[in-house]
Amino acid sequence: MSTITFPLRSRVRALTDHAVTGLAITATAVVVAPLVAIFAYLVYKGASSLNLAFFTQIPKPVGVAGGGMANAIAGSAILLAVASALGVPIGIGGGIYLAEFGRGTRLANAVRFTADVLNGVPSIVMGLAIYALIVVPQKHFSALSGGVALGIMMIPTVCRTTEEMLMMVPHAVREAALGLGVPNWRSVLSITVKTASPGIITGCMLAFARVAGETAPLLFTALGNDFWSSSLNQPIAALPLQIYVYALSPYDDWHRLAWAGSLVLIVLIVLAVSLVRYVTSRGVLKGAS
Amino acid sequence: MGVGIEVTNLNAWYGANHTLQDINLNIPANHATALIGPSGCGKSTFVRCLNRMHETNPVARVTGSVRIGNLDIYADAKPVEIRRRVGMVFQRPNPFPTMSIYDNVAAGLKLNGYRNRRSLDEIVEKSLKNSALWDEVKDDLKKKSGASLSGGQQQRLCIARALAVDPEVLLMDEPASALDPVSTSKIEDLIFQLKAQYTIVIVTHNMQQAARVAEKTGFFLNGRMVEFDATHKIFTNPSDKRTEDYITGRFG
Repeated sequence: MSTITFPLRSRVRALTDHAVTGLAITATAVVVAPLVAIFAYLVYKGASSLNLAFFTQIPKPVGVAGGGMANAIAGSAILLAVASALGVPIGIGGGIYLAEFGRGTRLANAVRFTADVLNGVPSIVMGLAIYALIVVPQKHFSALSGGVALGIMMIPTVCRTTEEMLMMVPHAVREAALGLGVPNWRSVLSITVKTASPGIITGCMLAFARVAGETAPLLFTALGNDFWSSSLNQPIAALPLQIYVYALSPYDDWHRLAWAGSLVLIVLIVLAVSLVRYVTSRGVLKGAS
Repeated sequence: MGVGIEVTNLNAWYGANHTLQDINLNIPANHATALIGPSGCGKSTFVRCLNRMHETNPVARVTGSVRIGNLDIYADAKPVEIRRRVGMVFQRPNPFPTMSIYDNVAAGLKLNGYRNRRSLDEIVEKSLKNSALWDEVKDDLKKKSGASLSGGQQQRLCIARALAVDPEVLLMDEPASALDPVSTSKIEDLIFQLKAQYTIVIVTHNMQQAARVAEKTGFFLNGRMVEFDATHKIFTNPSDKRTEDYITGRFG
């Protein structure tokens, strides 16, 4: 009986196998295609306007040829540094609390819920809130307020991924540390967080990449400008802001610069994320996972 | 040197579940004592009460007294101090996955603030020799992760890690149940050697293992200790009918 049905069933199985594999490959292609398409289009539109001046010069007035976005690149770096200095420690701290110390408590549930709601707040609303809280009392736009707006947007992503990654550390690893007479706080910091650190770093990078491209929270906070500024107390340029302004303008050469700026923004985000990954993965032993 | 353990009226709960009821026994110093019994009988909970690991579960509760040497562990000391004196080896090997072999062994000392580099080196070497792992790992102590070793090697690494903090008692909760026969016999040989320096309490499902390594054996059933006696007596001439039924394979 089985010798008769077996060849037929095996053919059906082989067909099913091919069909499912094909579907999986198609799905992968559909996921990757938009990314490749966007990047290719940016290279096509923006690469020709890229030159040394783009990275070294500040914007020229309308009608004057040349000029670059050097101040916007530097401004974005400053804004993201402020944002990370605020968002990463608070987010990781909150995540550690949720996973290790507050498990099951009412405060932890409230924090988790708040983080999820914060994650859903539209970025323009975040910009307005910071405008009301920082810009209005100070009576001027500033890099600081822009950095704070981006930093607060990072917190929920960092917090929740940190929590999830800590929860994935096996209970056996925590018990091993406690069984050695290591105090709980020490075990959390030196063992659990360290074991989860690749995932936590990924969460931070996701949050970083997300806010690096944000424009809306900066409209009423960092505002943007056309010259060099490194003061946290002054308005500051940012790549997404500059792209936004240039793309909406009626001038062809500004449109080309906006395309070039978009390309640079994406490449810089990829570079920053890769650099952090490279630096933080050194020293972690091969074979550990 | 190992010290004796004196357990008086020990009761333990998980939530409303009364998992250990009125346990009384004396575990002799520098001997291996085996605890046997069917799954869920409370023997793992019992050893976890001997280093206060039981209470790391938020719904757990303990009453009664446990004296280790001349220290009443539930009255006189903090849990972290007890756990430095009472080492534990778990059922599944659980090396720290991000640490090298060296750091795994040194972890108990380093995480408790011990910083003397040269004596750390000596302690790591001595602990790995005591756990019969030194010859297999001495060339890549700092190059290889603890997680890259085989299961049997990982378990001996965990034993070395427990020994490095110089405990007086070593608790082993089914230390060989996840290992193959060759690794198991290495662990058993090790228990034989370690008895000279430590008091060993080993939970096991394997009755031959209990007979091979332990001088004393306790039989647990439904949260109570049915019988505690010399191992050969338990296995050849138990005084309780339930012990006899269990070791002859009539249940469990």
